[in-house]
Amino acid sequence: MEMNTTQHTSQQYNHELENARSRLMTMGGLVEAQVDNAIKALLEGDSALGEKVAFSDYEINTLEVAIDEQCAEIIARRQPAASDLRLLITIIKVITDLERIGDEAEKVGRYAVEMPETATSGELHRSLRHLGEHVKAMLRDTLDALARMDVKLAMQVVDKDQQVDAEFDAVSRQLFTRMLEDPRNIKDSLSVTWCARSLERIGDHCKNICEYVIYLVKGKDVRHTNLEKVRSEILSNN
Amino acid sequence: MTEAVLNMTEANAPPSRESAAGKREEFAHEISNTVGRPLLSDAATKFRCRDVDVFYAGDKQAIFNVSMDIGRNEVIAMIGPSGCGKSTFLRCLNRMNDTIPGCRVTGDIHLDSEDIHARAQDPVLLRARVGMVFQKPNPFPKSIYDNVAYGPRLHGLAANRAELDDIVEDSLTKAGLFNEVKDRLSAPGTGLSGGQQQRLCIARTIAVSPEVILMDEPTSALDPIATATIEELIDELRQSFTICIVTHSMQQAARISQRTAYFHLGKLVEVNDTKTVFTNPQHQLTENYITGRFG
Repeated sequence: MEMNTTQHTSQQYNHELENARSRLMTMGGLVEAQVDNAIKALLEGDSALGEKVAFSDYEINTLEVAIDEQCAEIIARRQPAASDLRLLITIIKVITDLERIGDEAEKVGRYAVEMPETATSGELHRSLRHLGEHVKAMLRDTLDALARMDVKLAMQVVDKDQQVDAEFDAVSRQLFTRMLEDPRNIKDSLSVTWCARSLERIGDHCKNICEYVIYLVKGKDVRHTNLEKVRSEILSNN
Repeated sequence: MTEAVLNMTEANAPPSRESAAGKREEFAHEISNTVGRPLLSDAATKFRCRDVDVFYAGDKQAIFNVSMDIGRNEVIAMIGPSGCGKSTFLRCLNRMNDTIPGCRVTGDIHLDSEDIHARAQDPVLLRARVGMVFQKPNPFPKSIYDNVAYGPRLHGLAANRAELDDIVEDSLTKAGLFNEVKDRLSAPGTGLSGGQQQRLCIARTIAVSPEVILMDEPTSALDPIATATIEELIDELRQSFTICIVTHSMQQAARISQRTAYFHLGKLVEVNDTKTVFTNPQHQLTENYITGRFG
């Protein structure tokens, strides 16, 4: 079934839904910039950029509150049904995950500020490079899937989360080994573990958002279900 | 389907009778199957309708090939744009269309296992089993008591006055009206408020112990409070009756029905669990209608 937010008899209703959707994408853009900057600050040891990330989170929070309020108003005034209802539910859910991604970026940003530049820190941070790139790509695909209501892409992102989880495990093992080798490494290594954890959490939030995209387009709630089963169901309906 | 959608958009403008009829036939050809869950198991079925066509005078076809089951003790809502045939279909169920000159109904409609069009079927008795409540409250110009007692008297359901009193009290109680009118049963029914009049009409309908109640936009002339009272009543009546309700209020359909049937230009497009219809309809036309994309 075709998905669109337009063509209501009421032009005003079209406008309201489109506006909520475009603010959602604005919020997505802000969150993406925050994550990019946080990872950059971390990998390049750029504490000024880290500080900027830590102090920009309020923009995302403000937008979250405003979008929530806007959705509540549309529900109260319009009593949306079917795809319009799913769109609003999706927006309300997605902004929660986006806001949390923003929080994780803020944590990484703060860490980039607080982490003292030591001889070993650069090396430690490099271990996060690959994980960071992976998560950035995942977030980009998530926002694309959301903007285009692309179920196939959303499925791919859901798949990718397993790779991110595996990568996080590998990084953790590496860090534990460092801690065992020399207890003086424990403080730095723990901090980097927390960063890795934040990145891994961003991956989880991306996965959640993609599950909402599938719900929005297909009307099927795929959370906490078997991935293979979901795939066969989604693809059989295509 | 895209063509059908285009046709629908054009249909927003009031068409001439000829072009509307032409469009109906074209559309009927395009959509041949009802999607969703139109059929029920034998045990759950009260009304079984198969291949129902309705023609008005001059062979103008109003309903095309409608097949669906209506369940026991379910509230089923019929929705769709004006002129989609939902009221016409509702009126088939107690042969009210027989009263319209030139109107012809074909196909099978079974109430339990009885063919309602069988030669032996008395339409008056059928209408006692399948009662009807209309859009505008239409109490008889008689007392409240006589309004309710009219049917039982006609059908000889009470052997004496005491039994008749019981029926009247019971029906008014079931319709949620007894406490409001018990002190003035001999007052004229037309003196009640709109919402009370409509509940009086419901009491009059249930006084003859029907099995099914048909409601044709029963709350569209009432205020929100009276509407809420009737909706509450419908939910209670479901314990004893099967209820088919035609409504223009989609929110009402969503609130009170278990299944919802969507009609479009004389075709039954989709019948599904109400939850599904309002969260994830299976047909594009249903989606368009309930999200307000035309009509």
